[in-house]
Amino acid sequence: MAEPSSFQNSIIYLDGVTVDYDGFKALNRLTFMVDYKELRVVIGPNGAGKTTLLDVICGKTKPAAGRVVFGQDTELIGKHADEIVKLGIGRKFQAPSIYGNLTVWENLDLSLKRSSKGVFSTLFGKSTAEERARIEENLETIGLKDYAHTRAGSLSHGQKQWLEIGMVILQDPSLLLVDEPVAGMTDKETEQTGQLLQSLAEKHAIIVIEHDMEFVRQIARIVTVLHEGTVICEGTVEKVQADARVREIYLGRQKVAH
Amino acid sequence: MSDGTTDTNRGGGLSFWVVGGILLVVMPLLNLLPPEDSWFHLSDFSLNRFGKFLAFAILALGLDLIWGYTGILSLGQGVFFGLGAYCMGMHMMLTIGKESVYGSDMPDFMVWNQVKELPLFWKPFYSFPAAVIGALLVPMAFALVFGFFAFRSRIKGVYFAIITQALALAAWLVFNRNDTNLGGTNGLTDFKQVIGYRLSEPGTQRVLYIVTVVCLGASYLLCRWIIRSRAGRVLVAVRDSEKRVVFSGYTPPNYKLFVFVVSAGLAGLAGLLYAPQVGIITPAQIGVLPSLEMVIWVAVGGRGSLAGAVLGAVSVNYGRSVLTNYFPELWPFMLGGLFVLVVLLFPDGMVGMIRKGKDLLTRRKASEERPIVPNQKIVVPEGKR
Repeated sequence: MAEPSSFQNSIIYLDGVTVDYDGFKALNRLTFMVDYKELRVVIGPNGAGKTTLLDVICGKTKPAAGRVVFGQDTELIGKHADEIVKLGIGRKFQAPSIYGNLTVWENLDLSLKRSSKGVFSTLFGKSTAEERARIEENLETIGLKDYAHTRAGSLSHGQKQWLEIGMVILQDPSLLLVDEPVAGMTDKETEQTGQLLQSLAEKHAIIVIEHDMEFVRQIARIVTVLHEGTVICEGTVEKVQADARVREIYLGRQKVAH
Repeated sequence: MSDGTTDTNRGGGLSFWVVGGILLVVMPLLNLLPPEDSWFHLSDFSLNRFGKFLAFAILALGLDLIWGYTGILSLGQGVFFGLGAYCMGMHMMLTIGKESVYGSDMPDFMVWNQVKELPLFWKPFYSFPAAVIGALLVPMAFALVFGFFAFRSRIKGVYFAIITQALALAAWLVFNRNDTNLGGTNGLTDFKQVIGYRLSEPGTQRVLYIVTVVCLGASYLLCRWIIRSRAGRVLVAVRDSEKRVVFSGYTPPNYKLFVFVVSAGLAGLAGLLYAPQVGIITPAQIGVLPSLEMVIWVAVGGRGSLAGAVLGAVSVNYGRSVLTNYFPELWPFMLGGLFVLVVLLFPDGMVGMIRKGKDLLTRRKASEERPIVPNQKIVVPEGKR
């Protein structure tokens, strides 16, 4: 679907990627790209390959075929997960993974991008004023300013998700992968999460995987619909919702499930 | 203060000096000043016994660092303790000289085992400084090598507990053998002096007690410094979510190795102080069972709290020494029962109970003064309102 001429502007470009789990093709010659500073939402029924897509980008899963290009010409296939983190791809996991026994501030402080994260530099290192200012600013962004010295484990589910998003942002990623951020959130939290992601999209490219159509309508500019490991439709929410195949495959199936 | 299990991170400055003052000044004075028939007199025996408990407390600090804070259960701390104690014991064996039963320069058990010449690995221990440095460095070096392979192979959780327990068993077997030349089952004993001071003199034991208190204080400050540094928070983070730690750019195996080596050094220091105060070190102190007991000290005192580790080591050992007088056969059952009780009912140990009691008191007070107004320390999660 993506024209080779336009992938020069993309932050991430997947070309003909196939992931094969013992004959089951989680991704099937998938071609997919996201531009700099774009907020892209990926939807699709269960088993469509959404999480596998993120796994391939962040180095957790190795595809059997295809190319994954980050930025201008960085090939990601074959790189380890920690190398990919350092290149500037941050991942927010589906279930909140934060440090429950540390305060919100300490969670953010540990996540901050620093030149060295070895034992001795953390043993003797002190926070600089600049680093503290960045954490303050981040607390503001994720709406946890009043909770800086609260134990992260006692936050609500939604607040934990925001905290983890904040932790990932402090690593300075140019691409942010966010897996089902609003699952289990209240309506109000969902709305706030949407605003948060939209404000982050001004500085980072973001790929969001989501099930909640209400939420998708709130944040999406361009939606990609996956089905059986390939893109079947891509465009605005209106365009996608009007697409006959999408209605049949995705929306239809969801109705059955309800 | 009620915002975390890592509470010892904050505060505790005043109580450190109060407790330190009592241990360092008041206890030895109670031993020295009041007449022996006075109520306030602390006997030489009691002071010496207390010194032993405080040596154990140093080990408990290290175990708390690795288990309480980092969440790695090591069931092999007895080995590191034993290595420290044997290093010191070997030095003291060599200073017995001609006072030994057989009147030989060699340790008695070697004469008995017909060892003609002092084994090479004993020779450095003629030197007192070498013995002290060895008591710290040998356990640390051993932990470094063992930990390097264990953590690099991503051995975690219960698997790490099992291989460290196997290590304890293996060490026990090796130290029990006569041809290891470390005294076999009987271990090292019959020490006479340390750097020229007679161990049978109460004055020497009093100094050893004071040295132990100072070492405990220094170890406590070292552990507190580690816990309060960013590295200390990485340790807690490894316990809470190792996956996130990796995705934040850290290498958890290096942190685990660091804390394992520090805990081994503290165990060695404990052994170093234990040997001259107790006067004997045998394989029975370094095997599987003593290593398990050490875990119970920390569990009872309260894991994840440095004060808890010290409290647990002292109180469990005090309980042991009192109860084994009256019901020697029952002690293992009581210890086991205590452990089960703590795990089921008081997961945060004695320190957790004290904290809960305090919270309850302050909350009651707060509700008496200002009914309805919620306690501001408790954050009500938005989603659960």
